[in-house]
Amino acid sequence: MKKLLAGTALAFASMSGASFAADTTACLITKTDTNPFFVKMKEGASAAAAENGIDLNTFAGKIDGDVETQIAAVESCIAAGAKGILITPSDSRALAPVVGQARDAGLLVIALDTPFEPAETADATFATDNFLAGELIGQWAAATMGDTSEAKIALLDLNPSQISVDYLRDNGFLQGFGVDIKDPTKMGDEDDARIVGNDVTNGNEEGGRTAMENLLQKDSGVNVVYTINEPAAAGAYEALKSVGLEDQALIVSVDGGCPGVQNVADGVIGATSMQFPLLMASKGIEAIKAYAETGEKPQNTDGLDFVNTGVELVTDAPVEGIPSITSEEALGKCWG
Amino acid sequence: MSDTTQPTRKGQEFEQTLDASDKTVASFEHESRGFVDRLQHALHSNPTLVPVIVLIGAVAVFGLIAGGKFFSAFNLSLIIQQVSIIGILAAAQSLIVLTAGIDLSVAAIMVLMAVIAGNLSVYMGVPPVLGLLASFVGGTAAGLMNGLLVTRVKLPPFITTLGTWSIFYALNLWLSGAQSIRSQDIDANASILKFFGNNIALGGARITYGSILMVAVFAVLWYMLNKTAWGRHVYAIGDDKDSAELAGIRTDRTLLSVYALSGFVCAIAAWASIGRVGSISPQAFYEGNLQSITAVVIGGISLFGGRGSIMGALFGALIVGVFQSGLRLAGVDVLWQVFAIGWLIIFAVAIDQWIRKVSA
Repeated sequence: MKKLLAGTALAFASMSGASFAADTTACLITKTDTNPFFVKMKEGASAAAAENGIDLNTFAGKIDGDVETQIAAVESCIAAGAKGILITPSDSRALAPVVGQARDAGLLVIALDTPFEPAETADATFATDNFLAGELIGQWAAATMGDTSEAKIALLDLNPSQISVDYLRDNGFLQGFGVDIKDPTKMGDEDDARIVGNDVTNGNEEGGRTAMENLLQKDSGVNVVYTINEPAAAGAYEALKSVGLEDQALIVSVDGGCPGVQNVADGVIGATSMQFPLLMASKGIEAIKAYAETGEKPQNTDGLDFVNTGVELVTDAPVEGIPSITSEEALGKCWG
Repeated sequence: MSDTTQPTRKGQEFEQTLDASDKTVASFEHESRGFVDRLQHALHSNPTLVPVIVLIGAVAVFGLIAGGKFFSAFNLSLIIQQVSIIGILAAAQSLIVLTAGIDLSVAAIMVLMAVIAGNLSVYMGVPPVLGLLASFVGGTAAGLMNGLLVTRVKLPPFITTLGTWSIFYALNLWLSGAQSIRSQDIDANASILKFFGNNIALGGARITYGSILMVAVFAVLWYMLNKTAWGRHVYAIGDDKDSAELAGIRTDRTLLSVYALSGFVCAIAAWASIGRVGSISPQAFYEGNLQSITAVVIGGISLFGGRGSIMGALFGALIVGVFQSGLRLAGVDVLWQVFAIGWLIIFAVAIDQWIRKVSA
């Protein structure tokens, strides 16, 4: 009996081994399973994997910053003999050692959305050019105002940790608007008199509202509002509306989530830069397939240390010289 | 009549030495207390004094440092508006802390109930009043669940609510898909959800209905805790549950009612939060539980239970708001605001420990 069982198990094992051998296995590890951005990313990866005949295992941290779960996920992928890993690192530095192990074991590791520090930790990075995303809305705001000498700028950032996506968007916006940004990796070090101040929002409506109220307390004449993402922008609008100043200020943002695009259509947000999580994932899967077949690794976009998956400006008030799409077109491409 | 009170008869010779001895009757010692001693006693009998003094002091100091921008009617009313949600949560938290418990799930209950009210009335076409009613029933049930786990299953409140915090948070993300309900959609379908966002302009001040609601919640709970038998029972249980039981108080039943009431208050906070934020955000108030505990502690309510006034939590919430606003207007970085609040908590608990050393 025991022998029989063992024999059957062996047969099953070899059978499943045979069936898997034809396929390539890939892993997708996201920061969380709850943020619509990552949900969309998973959708894109699953669809591309099915199309290319790749077995996809997905993992996610419990909350943003959950490094332990991501480390365990990378280890599982190595153990499972995957060909490649797509990962949005919860911590740009802490995951470097385990990623090193994966690459030593012959896996292709691609960072999605959030680059490692340094970026060479992974074989490649597929991400939004966050600096460009900020620059586009900055240029749009400056062009819409015309004369920017009277601008009073409120900067609604993410949190006090000075993480890359936060300072890239913030400084990109300021550069696009025409402000001397000093150190491009620091927020709040500018000395331009047109800046009213920076405050943090945690990227949600409640934080956006409180931060906007605070900056209005510093100067009630704020007429340009940069926001880290669209929920923060919606909160800022509520704060302006509660004191009857919603027509005084231009609000710009970054993301391209569907509620955010809807807010562009409703005139809450003047312009937003849309990013493409689905594309990051599907391109990532294709890269793993290519690597499995030919051993070829993806090449960075010229002049950048990552592969740019694109940014599009969404606005219903386009300006000369800055390509943009309308909110109606954007509703077909938005995520979440 | 000529007799005086003085004994005339002289004692026998061997007794006469006693005349030189002390004739006062035995009594308690009335040592003249120093200022510190008297302060310690005053604080012990009235623990809300500390937060009141700190609040007045903070307003005065920031008025001097940050000047007119801080001290304007508008800014002061803004501070009240900004702390109103954490304030109401702190009221719910106080109820639990007074029974020597702690509730890590208050903010999670609140956000979940806001999402339930929003989903029902904005997306599912249920009349908004019924949506709100569902959130009140849900909030009370969530509180009751905590209460049952504490009283029936005998789990420590910390562990119970650590668990339910995750459970309610997960349900919230599931129901909302982690996606906010937009302000415009609420306006179009269920504007009553934003009722507490309306405000009364009073001079330069803007008093939102939410601010008034916060004060009302505290007033009602203060009355319940101080003027009813139920309230005395709550304090007695927090002070010493076993003695309270021996004194004939049905402790488990009272505890259940406290947790259910706390959940109900969280549902009130949910309604107020929709008005305050404008939209329904499943990601907001993630640290609301800790902020409510901060307000309670700074408000001089003892984490060991049974001591402190619920009004302290109101002052505690206001102190945090005043510090944040004042430091911000003085141009201090967010980092250092967090730093200052941290020291406030330690200062408050140190004071509490010192006051506890007084023998009653």
